[in-house]
Amino acid sequence: MKKKNGSPFIGGDALASIGASFISIIIGLVFGFLFLFLLSLINSGGESFSTIISNAWKYGFKQILMGGFYLPPISIGQEIAAAAPLILTGLSVGFAFKTGLFNIGAAGQYTLGAFGALFFAIVLKLPWWACLIGATLFGAFWGAIPGIFKAYLNIHEVITSIMFNWIGLYAVNTIMYGGGAGVMYDSSKTKVWDLRSLFPASVIPNLGLTTFFKNRSTTIAIFLAIIIAIIIYIIIDKTTFGYELKATGYNKSAARYAGISEKKNIVLSMVIAGALAGFGAGLYYLSGIAEWKPLDSTALPAIGFNGIAVALLASSNPIGTIFSALFISHITTGGSLMNSQYFPPEIADIISGIIIYLCAFSLLFKQLLMKRSSQKRSAELVESTLKEPPHIDSLVPETDIPESGMAAGEEDDD
Amino acid sequence: MAEADYIIEMLNITKDFPGVRANDNITLQLKKGEIHALLGENGAGKSTLMSVLFGLYQADEGVIKKNGEVVNISNPNDANDLHIGMVHQHFMLVECFSVLDNIILGVEPTKAGLLQENEGRQKVIELSEKYGLHVEPDALIEDISVGMQQRVEILKMLYRDNEILIFDEPTAVLTPQEIDELMEIMRGFTREGKSILFITHKLQEIMDVSDRVTVLRRGKCIGTVNTADTTVEELSSMMVGRPVSFAVEKSDRKPGDVILDVEGVTVSSRLHKNNAVKDVSFNVRQGEIVCLAGIEGNGQDELVYALTGLEKQSDGKITLCGQDISKSSIRQRSVDGMSHIPADRHKFGLILDYTLEQNMVLERYWEPRFQRNGFIKFDAVRDYSDKLIEQYDVRSGQGSTTVVRSMSGGNQQKAIVAREIDKDPELLVAVQPTRGLDVGAIEYIHKQLVAQRDDGKAVLLVSLELDEVMNVSDRILVMYEGEIVGEFDPKKTTVDELGLYMAGAKRNIAKKGAEVR
Repeated sequence: MKKKNGSPFIGGDALASIGASFISIIIGLVFGFLFLFLLSLINSGGESFSTIISNAWKYGFKQILMGGFYLPPISIGQEIAAAAPLILTGLSVGFAFKTGLFNIGAAGQYTLGAFGALFFAIVLKLPWWACLIGATLFGAFWGAIPGIFKAYLNIHEVITSIMFNWIGLYAVNTIMYGGGAGVMYDSSKTKVWDLRSLFPASVIPNLGLTTFFKNRSTTIAIFLAIIIAIIIYIIIDKTTFGYELKATGYNKSAARYAGISEKKNIVLSMVIAGALAGFGAGLYYLSGIAEWKPLDSTALPAIGFNGIAVALLASSNPIGTIFSALFISHITTGGSLMNSQYFPPEIADIISGIIIYLCAFSLLFKQLLMKRSSQKRSAELVESTLKEPPHIDSLVPETDIPESGMAAGEEDDD
Repeated sequence: MAEADYIIEMLNITKDFPGVRANDNITLQLKKGEIHALLGENGAGKSTLMSVLFGLYQADEGVIKKNGEVVNISNPNDANDLHIGMVHQHFMLVECFSVLDNIILGVEPTKAGLLQENEGRQKVIELSEKYGLHVEPDALIEDISVGMQQRVEILKMLYRDNEILIFDEPTAVLTPQEIDELMEIMRGFTREGKSILFITHKLQEIMDVSDRVTVLRRGKCIGTVNTADTTVEELSSMMVGRPVSFAVEKSDRKPGDVILDVEGVTVSSRLHKNNAVKDVSFNVRQGEIVCLAGIEGNGQDELVYALTGLEKQSDGKITLCGQDISKSSIRQRSVDGMSHIPADRHKFGLILDYTLEQNMVLERYWEPRFQRNGFIKFDAVRDYSDKLIEQYDVRSGQGSTTVVRSMSGGNQQKAIVAREIDKDPELLVAVQPTRGLDVGAIEYIHKQLVAQRDDGKAVLLVSLELDEVMNVSDRILVMYEGEIVGEFDPKKTTVDELGLYMAGAKRNIAKKGAEVR
């Protein structure tokens, strides 16, 4: 038997995953540029072709490519601040994927997490780390509900979590607004109270990052997010708990056969996914990036849904999630820096939307890449098989190489 | 022999798949009016060759001739136009349609776009009378037996006026009596001048019914022989490449203490309102192999689920080594000494996307040996897996790190057998452990079962294959409609007698286990 060195529980398809992510990104960027080009073509007043292209570049695409680096250091700070919660929602979706669950409810869990963070900060007046715990608990609670429905009543998690997204959003808005007199509501600004001026202890410390980036919302949140990503990586890849979760995700029946409680694992997986999304909301609101607006927040937070793209782009790998979240944050930040006179600000969202959408295709590209590489390997196998002596006494081939190829290419006779 | 005597010739067919040459220069010539058997192990290329003939695949090299003329078959419709028909191993029937609807599906008689059902019905009735294939045209497929469904498949071919009939492992789902009837029907077809290609790996059937045999091994054509001039032994060594012993060698049994005691177990069915298992009682002792025989769907699966804890029984008591495990969890049963080789290795037995080593510790990853404080000891897992691979000769591309999905079925099953036997169980529950495996792997697994028995373990074997039942077991229990209807000593019974019990025609055990013989 040949032995392969390296981590035993890492699949051999890691390279394909990374390659697929890059293909998605490049195709996404190409489409984004084409879109900008078409827009400037439509808006053009008879300029030459090269001017149109250069406008598309100058007023839009350059900003998207450069992201925060277009306006350093402030925008770099923004980019990093926005990446932190995105890492967490990406981890949330990716973690549930590992257990075979599609956590489309990250947005709702994120909303509840925001409520938890703000409630602990404004009403209970607790320090930032306690508020983060509060956010985590509220998110976990909201994740548990679809998990319980799935495990014990076999109701699909996508349906329940979509419904609980909206239940969560409107419940949070109603409680915070409180008819205009909610404890957390600043009616003069029609927002929740500003944490930075009124509850400075509940703002996540910045350890000088604010000064460095000249951006007051850049805190250590990004480091917390990275630490959580590493912890999740260890849980998934190194522990028996992760082994059980993945087993449940790959094959529920076999997990049950092995004596793993698949119901417990489904609920736990959703609880952890919810906790991660909630923690992400804590990172966002406790960094003071923005205040919650109960009257205006009639749409679910985009960070929750972008978590799906982040997770897909990273093939649910926790470490990959750090990078894919930074990338998504990079282009969204870049989008907000586009020339708003030439391109209306909504265009930025459309462009990042196109790119995020194509990122979701990385799974498809991964399959294509894997297929290609396996075909290449098969071609070599055929040759090596043919070089073998034609008569083989043993029923099972003596060499172990052809067999895996046979199993893959062969029609099952039975 | 003049060339025109052959109705179908497949000359020098070669078909490559990525990584494997499934058919390598195979020549198959079918005479008009003969039954020609195609013999080979799983993966020998039989199905590929037939799929080429049926137009599902295109040959990379070689030609197909009909009546001496080269024909091009690029899809199943072409095959149909050439009057080639096929009964697939897994029936291609619409469950919620009637027999008649299924037969005429695709070639519906119409007038001005309106379905002329009576025309079709007339033809179906004529055909079924002519060949003795009695079916109820208006019955729904889901309501009729598997044997009946096969008749519908055969009638589908006849309805399309097919002359060349391909049967892909037609006997796998039938009782011995139904097999005899099928053989008679096949002989009837040849008297009408139809030609039959009969794919199987059951040697006795070939000897009974076929005129000539072509043997394939690992994609190559080993040869074509006249059935009358050959023997089962010769065919099997042609098929496998070495002599195979069919008799399972084992010494006389020395049963000891009762290991598994099942009392009045009843399991409700998921499919219908009746109980799937009705008040079943039996026991398995140390050093014996007890076989639960029966046709698929007579409660064996549900009984095993109850024994292994995958499903709750609604009534009754299960005792393992004197301990009541009726309400124990799956893991508790496993710890208490029960091993389970499941019938469906892809559904229950393996996590196909996990590596071989991850699968080897599927039921044991939590033991202190393989983890510390919840962290997996990767080295210990690797060592253990390497040991099992070597000891049980599990072959795979990259050893312990092979993703199980890429392994062959036989080696996947070997991995399960290795894992389950190495747990050193008191009771081994093996459900169809040889399903879909080739002769060599079957031989291996039977040896392992007998070794467990000789080692003083209790073995409960659930099998649909009567040869296996007769060869391996020390005691046979026949299940019919959720009850145990007969208990036999394999030395004192015959396959035909078992068949009668399996079909529900006879019983020698009344309810509550009282003898009525």
